[in-house]
Amino acid sequence: MDQHDISVIVNGQKIRRRVSARQHLIDFLRNDLSLTGSHLGCEHGVCGACTIQVDGVAVRGCLMLAVQADGATVDTIEGLTDSGAIADLQDAFHRYNALQCGFCTPGMLSTAAELVAQHPDADREEIRAHISGNYCRCTGYHSIVDAIASVLDDRRKARANGGAA
Amino acid sequence: MSGRPVVTPFDRPNSYIGRAVPRPNAKKLLQGRGTFVDDIVLPRMAHVVFVRSPHAHARIVGIDRTAAQEMPGVIAVVTGAELAKVITPWIGVLTHLKGLKSAPQHAIAIDRACWQGEAVAAVVAETRAEAEDAAETVVVDWEELPPVVDMETALDAATPVIHPELGDNLAFRRELVTGDVDGAFAAADHVFEEVFHTGRHTGVCLEPRAVLADYQPADGKLVAYQATQAPHMIQNLLAKHLDLNESDVRVICKDVGGSFGIKVHIYPDEMATAALSVLLKRPVKFIADRLESFVTDIHARDHRIKGRIAVKSDGEILAFEIDDRTGIGPYSVYPRTSAVEANQVVNLVGGPYKHKAYRASTEVVFQNKNVTCQYRAVGHPIACAVTEGLVDLAARKLGIDPADIRRRNLIPDDAYPYTGLAGLPYESLSHHASLEKLLALMDYDGLRAEQAELRKRGIYRGIGLASFIEVTNPSSAFYGIGGARISSQDGCSIRLDPTGTIICATGVTEQGQGTEAIIAQIAATAVGVTMEKVRVITGDTDATPYGGGTWASRGAGIGGEAALQAGKALRQNILSVAAAMLQAAPESLDIRNGVVVDADTGNERLPLEEIGRVVYFRPDTLPKGLQPEFVVTRHYVQKDYPFVFTNGIQGSYLEIDTETGFVTLLKHWCVEDCGTIINPQLVDEQIRGGVVQGLGGALFEHCIYDDRGQLVNGSMIDYLVPMAGEMPDIVVGHVVSPTASSELGAKGAGEAGTAGAPGAVMNAINDALLPLNVSLAAQPFTPESILTALGRVGARVG
Amino acid sequence: MKAPPFGYVKARELGQVFDLLDQHGDDAKILAGGQSLIPSLNLRLSRPAVLIDINAIADLQGIRETADSVIVGALTRHVVLETSPVIARHVPLVAQAMPQIAHPAIRNRGTIGGSLAFADPAAELPACALALEATFILRNRSDERRVPASGFFHGLFETDLRPGEVLAAIEFPKAMAGHRFAFAELARRHGDYAMIGMAAAAPQPGTLRLAYFGVADRPVLASAAAACLLRDGPQGLEAACAALAGDLSPSGDLNAGPQTKLHLAAVLLRRAIPSLFAPA
Repeated sequence: MDQHDISVIVNGQKIRRRVSARQHLIDFLRNDLSLTGSHLGCEHGVCGACTIQVDGVAVRGCLMLAVQADGATVDTIEGLTDSGAIADLQDAFHRYNALQCGFCTPGMLSTAAELVAQHPDADREEIRAHISGNYCRCTGYHSIVDAIASVLDDRRKARANGGAA
Repeated sequence: MSGRPVVTPFDRPNSYIGRAVPRPNAKKLLQGRGTFVDDIVLPRMAHVVFVRSPHAHARIVGIDRTAAQEMPGVIAVVTGAELAKVITPWIGVLTHLKGLKSAPQHAIAIDRACWQGEAVAAVVAETRAEAEDAAETVVVDWEELPPVVDMETALDAATPVIHPELGDNLAFRRELVTGDVDGAFAAADHVFEEVFHTGRHTGVCLEPRAVLADYQPADGKLVAYQATQAPHMIQNLLAKHLDLNESDVRVICKDVGGSFGIKVHIYPDEMATAALSVLLKRPVKFIADRLESFVTDIHARDHRIKGRIAVKSDGEILAFEIDDRTGIGPYSVYPRTSAVEANQVVNLVGGPYKHKAYRASTEVVFQNKNVTCQYRAVGHPIACAVTEGLVDLAARKLGIDPADIRRRNLIPDDAYPYTGLAGLPYESLSHHASLEKLLALMDYDGLRAEQAELRKRGIYRGIGLASFIEVTNPSSAFYGIGGARISSQDGCSIRLDPTGTIICATGVTEQGQGTEAIIAQIAATAVGVTMEKVRVITGDTDATPYGGGTWASRGAGIGGEAALQAGKALRQNILSVAAAMLQAAPESLDIRNGVVVDADTGNERLPLEEIGRVVYFRPDTLPKGLQPEFVVTRHYVQKDYPFVFTNGIQGSYLEIDTETGFVTLLKHWCVEDCGTIINPQLVDEQIRGGVVQGLGGALFEHCIYDDRGQLVNGSMIDYLVPMAGEMPDIVVGHVVSPTASSELGAKGAGEAGTAGAPGAVMNAINDALLPLNVSLAAQPFTPESILTALGRVGARVG
Repeated sequence: MKAPPFGYVKARELGQVFDLLDQHGDDAKILAGGQSLIPSLNLRLSRPAVLIDINAIADLQGIRETADSVIVGALTRHVVLETSPVIARHVPLVAQAMPQIAHPAIRNRGTIGGSLAFADPAAELPACALALEATFILRNRSDERRVPASGFFHGLFETDLRPGEVLAAIEFPKAMAGHRFAFAELARRHGDYAMIGMAAAAPQPGTLRLAYFGVADRPVLASAAAACLLRDGPQGLEAACAALAGDLSPSGDLNAGPQTKLHLAAVLLRRAIPSLFAPA
């Protein structure tokens, strides 16, 4: 009962592994799959460094067991990068220097990706509220808000011009 | 961002100095492809978990590890006495801090635990989870001892002495008197007093402390992959205490997930991890758990300061006086000591002002709480809050506008060089220019008008100012003269490769602040290549020149100058080869964008790739006697001053809900003067991040201990770090006064934000509450403390 | 820290859950959204022998309307409540409370049943359920039991759930014409557990329930305060605030002592008056 075979689509690739029941999803991704882009900052669901996408929505990877991901689709920073899904966010974070040490960044980007997809008209205050569960000790958040706001703006303009965002 | 290019002597073709170049090394972090210590896996790697004391002070009667040793995956369960056979203890003192004393400290406690969280046994297992499983089964037989908790009573005769061999609980005392203090207070029209408290904080780096120690017994070498700010310091300490040759210890520091001074020390558990690797002859990884981070990462800022200010009725400041006390835990931290913060408070109080008399005393006492030590902006936010709190107190009492009292008292911008009352020279500061720039950025008069209008409607907004000075570019006066092998010089080696790429190896380190970017910018500028042609190597004691790393805002000022000089020298070497190849005079040539050009016309003559090809593969075609030297190393140490001071000022605008006590930060401003700005974006971001750390201390962060010495909020759920929802937008402006102590002219900027933010917020809170005749001086300013000050609720007992 | 060892079973239907509960008793824990349970495991504060994952059980999903109520399956995630037009129209108090609960990534995973069964006294949903007189639908192998919110919360993390029982759904009465409600909380930071909060509901004229959270070991109804307001309308506010001292005897926590909480309780009430007595 404490070892389970799971099948997960991780970053588009079907993965089969045997996992221990107590292993949380981030340890599975980091240790079993060497996807070290997701980070552990607290393991209590507070800091947001382990935020990833499961079945298309942002979740705390430390608050989900690997065994629960059986049958699910998991996208980590590595997959989101390779697919190009967050290329505009990554570019804006780079231009605004919306990261320093980079430890929170993969989780911040996962959260931001959901924000820009779901709240295309978010203002600065709404951006701050949405990322308020992702801790960043380095930036003071201002540049992260700038970066996300610029992506929202660019996507709005692209829509207004009739192009796909 | 300043929005315009900063004009510097470095404005020349192919200059990157003063430009907001995106950090080349940020892309990997944006893609989740950084390498943090916990990402590294080695063959036969084991994991260590420490059994830690649940008591603030207790004798270890016995440790029963029989069950733990039988647990699955367990490799070893090691006690302090066993580990002491391979690692020696240390004492955290420096000789220039006269009278500083501390007791020997072991990697793992042997007889006694002196704070809640001190390690008393190590469990090494194949996985972290198995090590934790086993650690739970280690049974320690404790005899609780009375804890010393309250720093105010730590020196009382009735209080137990933590280390009896030291005689008392006093670690360090310093007194300073400059000028006629008694005369100044006697001559004052008014003397105002306040008691300030700055709450105990901790750094909460998002990446916990981490080390992977790999002892290789065949050749007696130890490789430590460590999240640290100071690789060479770590190398020295590991070698010294593990009895290894220093050259046999290699410290590798790849990506670091935030440090802020937390990772500039060596911790007992990190020493223990290295010792366990030696003992077990295999790689051992230690990643601090978040809960143990709160009770073992250094704390800081736990000060009580009684302050007095002597003023004339017209607002002229005559004197400051402070009586400071801080509790530092049971040991002075190794090797930088736990007396530096208090020492800095003494050095910095009153720093921006031109008064002539100053008296300060500080007492640094032992207690059974987690240790305190240097954390970002060491002592600055305390000194700034006390100074600026007293200045604003005087302004309020005298009915003078806070901007005006500063105009009257700040050291004039043309008064430099100037010696501060703590005896430290200020080379060139810009308090008045910074003040006026800040007021303009804030639209100070407009905010005052808005504030007055809103007050009529019962809305309480406050405006707070806080001027500050900041210690940067330290000389060896900080640590070296006290006997610590912590380098204040740094070196940079630059090599030209055959492809025209330059490789820079530097002793300063990257913690995310952008060190590698600015070194690349400087090197590219100095040599004459594009940014794409620069590679930077940091964080490897085998591969970089010996250096100090990241602390006291020295990366740009010290490491940057070394890179500039190395780059210039390499450029000359390249030009002399090019001159020979082109049969031209070296002075007539220049290197721009990787091509040797005619200096006058810019006409392209020879790409660096071609020079590289000839030098490395066809040296036979070069003139006899011409030996190209395409690796150049230069070092730099700042010797002109103990520290190169910078200055700045911050402004806070906030609103207080007087019914709930909640403070809403509306906006924050900072104008600072870090001299030559190498990358304005990175400077602004250092300021912003620093400001928010200061705001956290002012409003949220507090390590709360109970009267048993137990940390009661030691988790990220309960220790409130600043999050995006409560933080304001932060406007940053600059005044530029380059230091003449280096050609580059750069001073530090990494700590300015943290230095001034708490004082600005405190003054803004008290400004908001002025109509209600209420003021506060104990950080953090919480809803409850504001309601209590307003008399809406009674003071909480306990 | 890593969670201690435990077993795990993904239950496919409720019968399997009851089997496992019979088999393991108190050693079993039900895993719904996991946003409170997994942290407690990672803190090693909880040591179940087995986790029964109920996420795949169809019977516990979904939001259903009846003529006068909305029945929310226990596994309904916070994000679904937050964005549901049915909840927005018929249970607006809950809709208003949702954005205050933690953060988006937590709301994507956390469930209403998990939150209510966890019974954290500082949480929003228990107080909402109490204010709205929601009915908790509890099932065991053979029976269904309906428990009013006022009887469900027994204390700190303690509920009326009996061994072998599962919280299956929560039934909220639909808001009627003329209903009034208010929700407010004070948290140090966005998404933190509240220092204090209040969920207030007046489903029809002549009714008012003020449910406070973050004040005791469970959400507490301020009945005397509500009575003052019912008797005198907004003019009864001062009496109501005074009555809070009798209704609530808050215990202190890190962020607020008892006096502060009592003071803030009155502030929240005062600020809710315009909503609660808004003209039609």
